[in-house]
Amino acid sequence: MSEALNVKTIAEYVANGETPEILFWVGCAGSFDDRAKKITKAIVKILNHANVKFAVLGTEESCTGDPAKRAGNEFLFQMQAMNNITVLNGYEVKKIVTGCPHCFNTLKNEYPSLGGNYEVIHHTQLLQDLLNSGRIKIEGGDFKGKKITFHDPCYLGRANDVYEAPREVMINLDAELMEMKRSKANGLCCGAGGAQMFKEAEKGNKEINIERTEEALALNPDIISVGCPFCNTMMTDGVKHFNKEQTVKVLDVAELIAQAKDL
Amino acid sequence: MISSIVFIILFSAGAVWFAINVRKVRRNILLGKEIDRKDNPAQRLKIMTLVALGQKKMFERPIPAILHLFLYVAFVITQIELIEIVTDGAVGSHRMFRPYLGGFYTFIVSFIEILSVLAFIGTIAFLSRRNLLKVPRLVKSELNGWPKLDANFILLGELTLICFIFMMNGADEMLYNNGWSHAEEAKGTFGLAISSHLGPMLFGGLSEPSLHIIERIGWWGHIAMVLGFLNYLPYSKHFHILLAFPNVYFSNLLAKGKFTNLESVTNEVKLMFDANAVVPPSDGTPMRFGAKDVTDLSWKQLLDAYTCTECGRCTSACPANITGKLLSPRKIMMDTRDRLMEVGKNMDANKGEFKDDGKSLLGDYITAEELWACTSCNACVQECPVNIDPLSIIIDMRRFMVMEQSAAPTELNMMFTNIENNGAPWQFSQSDRLNWKNE
Repeated sequence: MSEALNVKTIAEYVANGETPEILFWVGCAGSFDDRAKKITKAIVKILNHANVKFAVLGTEESCTGDPAKRAGNEFLFQMQAMNNITVLNGYEVKKIVTGCPHCFNTLKNEYPSLGGNYEVIHHTQLLQDLLNSGRIKIEGGDFKGKKITFHDPCYLGRANDVYEAPREVMINLDAELMEMKRSKANGLCCGAGGAQMFKEAEKGNKEINIERTEEALALNPDIISVGCPFCNTMMTDGVKHFNKEQTVKVLDVAELIAQAKDL
Repeated sequence: MISSIVFIILFSAGAVWFAINVRKVRRNILLGKEIDRKDNPAQRLKIMTLVALGQKKMFERPIPAILHLFLYVAFVITQIELIEIVTDGAVGSHRMFRPYLGGFYTFIVSFIEILSVLAFIGTIAFLSRRNLLKVPRLVKSELNGWPKLDANFILLGELTLICFIFMMNGADEMLYNNGWSHAEEAKGTFGLAISSHLGPMLFGGLSEPSLHIIERIGWWGHIAMVLGFLNYLPYSKHFHILLAFPNVYFSNLLAKGKFTNLESVTNEVKLMFDANAVVPPSDGTPMRFGAKDVTDLSWKQLLDAYTCTECGRCTSACPANITGKLLSPRKIMMDTRDRLMEVGKNMDANKGEFKDDGKSLLGDYITAEELWACTSCNACVQECPVNIDPLSIIIDMRRFMVMEQSAAPTELNMMFTNIENNGAPWQFSQSDRLNWKNE
């Protein structure tokens, strides 16, 4: 780590009479999962590097309620949503970037009718903005000639039709981007969505993440890139299943950018 | 004269019977709950034009799309000829429009003949895909029994229909060639693209009475098949040829990831936050959260069920099904329709009132194991060529299991408890949420 992370809570901004440009919604995985925390830090490093005045909610953040909603627990979802909306509206939050497509989808689509109206973007969209506006610049290097295939998260892709942001960000890496047969609108789920992350799969003849990882590995990639902490877990487990963890890395798009910038 | 009367009786009976069945289907669909899908008519028309009329999503898989296009275009264009057949039948004329339309008549009927040949080829290919090639999505277990038979019935019916068309046109061509035609004194050829060649090949050298009999068999066979087919539709998966259009028109126009927020829950939650919150008064009927039976679903979800033609694109893209789980989105739609038809029959038998039969969609048709296998990835929704949404039914039924039956899998109950107690699906304290910063 080149320098200490500069992370301020929105409460700290308010105490100083300042307003952040954007709120970074870290998410449960990004806050607690050891692997996902690295993605969170990569995002923060990029934000710091680009001098983005961002805030986090810190201990005032709580689960968006996504897994509860997908599992059918609408009560719990709406309880979470109402609590979060009270906090967000209290701080007059206007714009949110999430590190997770599930948080992104829920905040963007399911909070408005409950009183939470914000401009919500996924971190790959923010990276695209920062690159387009020249706030970060990447000159190839590290990833030149590396083979990368992107696994579309369902809740970023099909759920919200965001297919190009992650790909356009990765074009800057000078790497060889390869598409799996099932990609974009036809992408295959990693197996974690719909609250599957938190339970054993039903009886079948294969795990979904194995099916998906197999497809990715057939391209002989150096890197499987992802945009979701849950996909990350599933694909990492899949790569381990095939004993390929020495040769194939599973990395979030934000980690690729942070690495390219030597952050 | 007698034949006109027979025709009019047959045709009217066919039309009335169809209308009665359509009304029943409509009544069944309207058993569903209200949902607003009448906004943005311009956008809806556009989607209907692209997806239903233009078959846009079919072309994700080009081979079946082209074969299907043959049948689709042939079916639509043949309706023009049907106008003449019905007129001829009713007034006892023969090829009534020919003298008025001249060369244009030859062109239209020839065009229909060419499309009919293409449709014949397409139908043979479809029969082969189901019965010989056994394309995986067309031989899955949920198609065993009636659904498989239904599909083959329709395809064989189409073949028969096309054969009747060529018997009719081919024999008529020979009659005209020989100057035996009832309608015209002259002798010559109709100049039809296919029949002017096929007629002599099949029926050359036959006597005048034989040709008349063949022509009449073709004509009556054709109209009988049309009426039979029409009345078979409401009992069959093949209803999609009509319902695809309204079903696509009433599509969900919002982001696929946006699930409905149950208003009944919102009201309860608001009251929990603030006992004085103003919520719309209940109409007295006990609330049910989520869906247990077809009547808990929306009319659009029920329209979806009647529209499904069981092509199985959804199931072939479903990650759960691909990896051998019990869930098949197509079966969700088939079950919904089967149960809805059962409820409809129950109502017919009980003077329009549903008499509790102790059964429900959840449990008797769709099992919890199927519902819990879903990853909510939206692949099934994306795949459907007529914009059916199996996922919304799955989620509504999960809601019933969780909120009404407290029947979630144990691990999910633990996840709920964690979210409730510490605001995360795992057992971490909310106060540790920013610890990553210093790790």
